[in-house]
Amino acid sequence: MLKVKVCFLFLLIACLSMQLMSCQENPFIQGEIMYENFCATCHMEDGKGLKGLIPPLANSDWLKNNQDILACSIRKGINDPIVVNGKTYELPMAGVTALTEFELANVINYINQAWGNDYGFVQINEVRDQLDACNARD
Amino acid sequence: MLNPFYKQMDIINMNKIFVLFTGLSLLSVWACDSQNISKEKLPIIGNRDVVDGDSIYHTVRDFKFINQDSVIITPETFKDKAYVVDYFFTSCPTICPKVKQQEIKVADHFKDEERLKFLSVSIDTKYDTIQRLKWYAEKLEIDPNQWHLVTGDEDLIYDIAGDFFHSAIKNDDAPGGYDHDGLLILVDKNRHIRAFCNGLEPEEVDEFILDVEQLLAQEY
Ligand code: HEC
Repeated sequence: MLKVKVCFLFLLIACLSMQLMSCQENPFIQGEIMYENFCATCHMEDGKGLKGLIPPLANSDWLKNNQDILACSIRKGINDPIVVNGKTYELPMAGVTALTEFELANVINYINQAWGNDYGFVQINEVRDQLDACNARD
Repeated sequence: MLNPFYKQMDIINMNKIFVLFTGLSLLSVWACDSQNISKEKLPIIGNRDVVDGDSIYHTVRDFKFINQDSVIITPETFKDKAYVVDYFFTSCPTICPKVKQQEIKVADHFKDEERLKFLSVSIDTKYDTIQRLKWYAEKLEIDPNQWHLVTGDEDLIYDIAGDFFHSAIKNDDAPGGYDHDGLLILVDKNRHIRAFCNGLEPEEVDEFILDVEQLLAQEY
């Protein structure tokens, strides 16, 4: 009987730790799905972009340093040339308008943490404030 | 229980079985290999007519485009070569970057292969000027000896799309103003279509590379 119990306990621990591990691997499932649907054709699944045409999001200093305008940049697009990791990119990015505030927050959290990035987290209300600010500017 | 004699028998049997298995697997490897050598040629894709008992295959019509370096591109440019064709436009907000990424993978694979060229036809004749194509080519580090990005007469570009099995339609409701597909098409030296793949599916593109290799190995 004891043997069965120990076995069961062992299984339980194994299951739990597996779940934890998969949790750590990807805490932003919705963000990842949004990314694949709305961003990956350009920025690619691995976040590396495309040569001199589309800038990388993986290890991007622009992404790191422009957290305060990120929600607006994604929603409204980026029209002026920008410099990412020392390289100038000129192709404008059209605004991705299909995402709700909630989905925007999820996709931002995803790109901030994917591919070894570690650029923090946003809350939905921060995204809302950002959008209000840029909506007011327009 | 088991006397040594039986054990002995067992070992002998095992050995026999082992030899048999190795023999069989070697045989099948050999069979596969020889199949590869005599592999059927790639099909000629498209409708065919029979005229006076001869098959008339689907053939790409004559064309005249102009590339990123203002060089005129005609079928003569691809004489005795095969080439890969895609339709795109430089401001494409949807599938093009992904397709281009995969096409670059193919182009890199055939970097020193003089018998294979690339032709990207822009469907945005207004915006994609020669200068713009040049800019795009430079951004993607495209080798002008290997890869032509072209523009040209609008009617020709839309009409010939069907010859390449591409669909290209102006549609103001579509993102960027055009509907088109992400196909990569392989055209041979006789202007026949021999293989294609969806440039959005990396595995399909890998198979396409094998098709191109096969064509070059068997017919060039
Ligand atoms: C149609 C292609 C395309 C799509 C789709 C796209 N982007 Fe972009 N993105 C670009 C281009 C091109 C730039 C560079 C803009 C410029 O230079 O003005 C850019 C720039 C960026 C930047 C700033 C530069 C950097 O690399 O850090 C971020 C962040 C970004 N995009 C995030 C996203 C997110 C998130 C999505 C999906 C919600 C997305 N993009 C969808 C093409 C695209």
